[in-house]
Amino acid sequence: MSSGAIVALTAVLIAASCALCGVFLVLRRMAMMADAVTHAVLPGLVGAYVLANGPNLLAGLVGAAAAGLLTVWLVEVLTRSRGLKEDSAIGLVFPAMFAIGVVVVSKWYSGEHIDTDSILFGQLEFSWLDHFMFQGRDLGPTSFWMGGGLLLLNTIFLAVFYKELKITTFDPQEAECLGIKPRPMHYALMAVVAMTAVGAFSAVGAVLSVALIVIPAAAALLLTSRLPLAILGSVGIAAIGSLGGHASALKFDVSIAGMITVILGLVFLLAALISPRKGLVAQFFRRRTQSRRFAAEMLVVHLLTHEGTAEEPIESAYVHLLDELEWSPKYAALATREARGRGAILMVGDNFRLTASGREWARDLAEQKRFMPA
Amino acid sequence: MNPAVTVRDLTVAYREEPVLWDIDLDVPEGTLTAIIGPNGAGKSTLVKAMLGLVHSSSGMVRIYGRPYDQVRQRVAYVPQRGEVDWDFPTDALDVVLMGLYGQIGWLKRAGKKHRKKAMECLDQVGMADFAHRQISQLSGGQQQRVFLARALAQDADLYVMDEPFAGVDAVTETAIVKILHELRSQGRTALVVHHDLDTAPEYFDRVVLLNVRLIADGVMSETFTTEKIRAAYGSRVAAIAQ
Amino acid sequence: MNLLHDILFDYTLRSVTLGCMILGTVSGVLGSFAVLRKQGLMGDALSHSALPGICVVYMLTGEKTPILLMAGAGLACMIAAWLIIKLVDNLGIDSGTSLATILTVFFGGGTVLLSVIQRGASANKAGLDKFLFGQAASLTMDQAGAMAAVGGFALIVVFFLFKEFKVISFDPLYARSIGINDQRLGALLTGLLVLAIVIGLNTVGVILMSAMIIAPGAAARQWTDKLNKMLLIAAAIGSGCGLAGAIISIQVEGVPTGPAIVLCLAAVSAISVLFGTARGYVWTQKRRAARLAS
Repeated sequence: MSSGAIVALTAVLIAASCALCGVFLVLRRMAMMADAVTHAVLPGLVGAYVLANGPNLLAGLVGAAAAGLLTVWLVEVLTRSRGLKEDSAIGLVFPAMFAIGVVVVSKWYSGEHIDTDSILFGQLEFSWLDHFMFQGRDLGPTSFWMGGGLLLLNTIFLAVFYKELKITTFDPQEAECLGIKPRPMHYALMAVVAMTAVGAFSAVGAVLSVALIVIPAAAALLLTSRLPLAILGSVGIAAIGSLGGHASALKFDVSIAGMITVILGLVFLLAALISPRKGLVAQFFRRRTQSRRFAAEMLVVHLLTHEGTAEEPIESAYVHLLDELEWSPKYAALATREARGRGAILMVGDNFRLTASGREWARDLAEQKRFMPA
Repeated sequence: MNPAVTVRDLTVAYREEPVLWDIDLDVPEGTLTAIIGPNGAGKSTLVKAMLGLVHSSSGMVRIYGRPYDQVRQRVAYVPQRGEVDWDFPTDALDVVLMGLYGQIGWLKRAGKKHRKKAMECLDQVGMADFAHRQISQLSGGQQQRVFLARALAQDADLYVMDEPFAGVDAVTETAIVKILHELRSQGRTALVVHHDLDTAPEYFDRVVLLNVRLIADGVMSETFTTEKIRAAYGSRVAAIAQ
Repeated sequence: MNLLHDILFDYTLRSVTLGCMILGTVSGVLGSFAVLRKQGLMGDALSHSALPGICVVYMLTGEKTPILLMAGAGLACMIAAWLIIKLVDNLGIDSGTSLATILTVFFGGGTVLLSVIQRGASANKAGLDKFLFGQAASLTMDQAGAMAAVGGFALIVVFFLFKEFKVISFDPLYARSIGINDQRLGALLTGLLVLAIVIGLNTVGVILMSAMIIAPGAAARQWTDKLNKMLLIAAAIGSGCGLAGAIISIQVEGVPTGPAIVLCLAAVSAISVLFGTARGYVWTQKRRAARLAS
């Protein structure tokens, strides 16, 4: 297999793992917690490196999970002791964790397996170099084992705890009633995120790991609100981002990690534009028809409110729309055109009058929009 | 004479979903008016729209016959207590001083006479002893009284209050009622979002019944009837209120 | 004593001292407002977003003129801030997701540009990576001067608009009701925060700037219940830690300045959270015990 193909496949495996746990993180509004954890795994990795006397995948994963959970716990303690708001707590803890890692690396391990550049930008480019050796046999690139392992871990985690994750995300109180404790679920998810972050970290570095976790999920959730589809979609977007990023980085001879993020950003932008329900294009057209209809609605409800009262002749005059509803002439024209087009009003002299169907429409609206307590 | 507040054909919508539908309303000067309606009826939105704090889709609001921006000095607003972060690093006196910021003007600082005025207002609500207490260490009722003192510091003609009686102790409730009566005897006007059907007739002269649309508006004895409350709340609640 | 002598008379140390004091003061003061307005992580996102701005200015001018780099960084930050707010408003996503998305896309774009610059053969190509973790030792008097100008401006604005900033941070709706435009002044505060970020580029770097914004304010809050005192304490903590970190990184070979400053900040924050006289753990427990006893 060519080095390029190994790099591309590694990127896909890792991005897909990140996307899998990312969906639940984004749904739980914990994107910035992901930012904290991807930074905080560094001291865990460094600690494992020091203790294991060299690079050791398993020790690294354990160390990272420990450091990730420590971060989550510290944030919780700082927030709960009433001293700090959650965002301050996050912003306090993870730079400190990260700084410890950076100082240790740059002081004592500079030039070895890790240096500050690889901490920030990852080493995806070199992922084909390391091969996994077992009893003298070459079992393929280490990065495959790592990426594949993480993908497997995330798939199993989601498959086994899908129901629990879902209910603790959407309705923690209901979960508590059913005997599913949200807190252990929260920590389990964060442990998986921290281990996944190790893979992302080694591939694209601390900062851009967050992109792999958050952006595919956020884009997929723009496109669909059905959870299984969103999970599949985020994996698909992760694959597009990593393959597209890899290919374009090679073409323009630039950073692969950076390019993957840029492509993911473009996919997000595309989703933000074309999403059928939340997209900007759909919103633009929907809002145009909606605001036209709403203008007409306001007019008919206004006419209904004053129908049969002494003030009706004043209230139903065109100038009144400008004077007391404070509409611009343009808006008043829009509203009357729309209401007429729907056959809801007639012009009698200088005044507007509701037609029978217009009256019914206005009554329905007034009734329907009224807030009724259960 | 201009009414204190005139509202004509006011519609407020969030993303084309109306929260208030074509409201017409007059609040005469020198009266205490309660705005009453079920949760989600748009009470809070109504007072915010009057003060230009939320965007309205259509309609006209005049305060003493003029747009709000021109008569801001004559109006004091008491927001809902739950809308601010009481962990903010400040004390009761300092919050009351905020009521004088309009007077003090840009670039300048609060002086001795402003402090004296703020202390007087705290005293008026029975909070003088707590002037230097950090605001998170005050009880809910005390926090509400601090907000009231801040509005009093503005020395306004119209007081617009959003749920001042929500979740307060008896002492505070009495203090607020006393202040309201003082305001009225000085010829000032108060417009108060209120949630308690039982105390409304006792505390206020007039009532606005609201449920997205205006249900009724007028003198308490004529307006606060079972029939109209039922129209605002639905029949079950009205029956309980009886 | 030697160190004091050096600070006063050694050219490098003098500019480093000056630079760090300014940075600490400005980021402490504006960071305090950011913390109170729950915008601490906005600072994190914005500082990362400065990277493409720096790269573009360098690619266009081929030089590292301090004030131009700051302008480029500031512009990139402002665009990012605008996008973050727009995403939340128009797509209905939560602010965390919006922050993380914009942060990483801008930083990723910066990474791409950085790799283009490093590929080129220009003489001082390696210079830009100093902006990642900061390198106080390379601070020149020119840079310190630019930092002083930008930071001084920010502090003067805060001094004159102190009471307006206070009321919009505490109760924005009320502020609007008395004619203080909370949206415009809020945008101004975010703009000043961006200034605090751009003057930190040389010393702390873009990666760890968030700590410089959040930690001084969060730590200062533990010692006082007054906003004006909080700002002063935050400024003191910020400049003290800035200076201490800079000196550590100059004295100890191989340690970048940013992480050194952040470790000092972390130590001060930990002490403050535990022993702060206003809301620190120990005092709160003591007070609670006293209240229970009485």
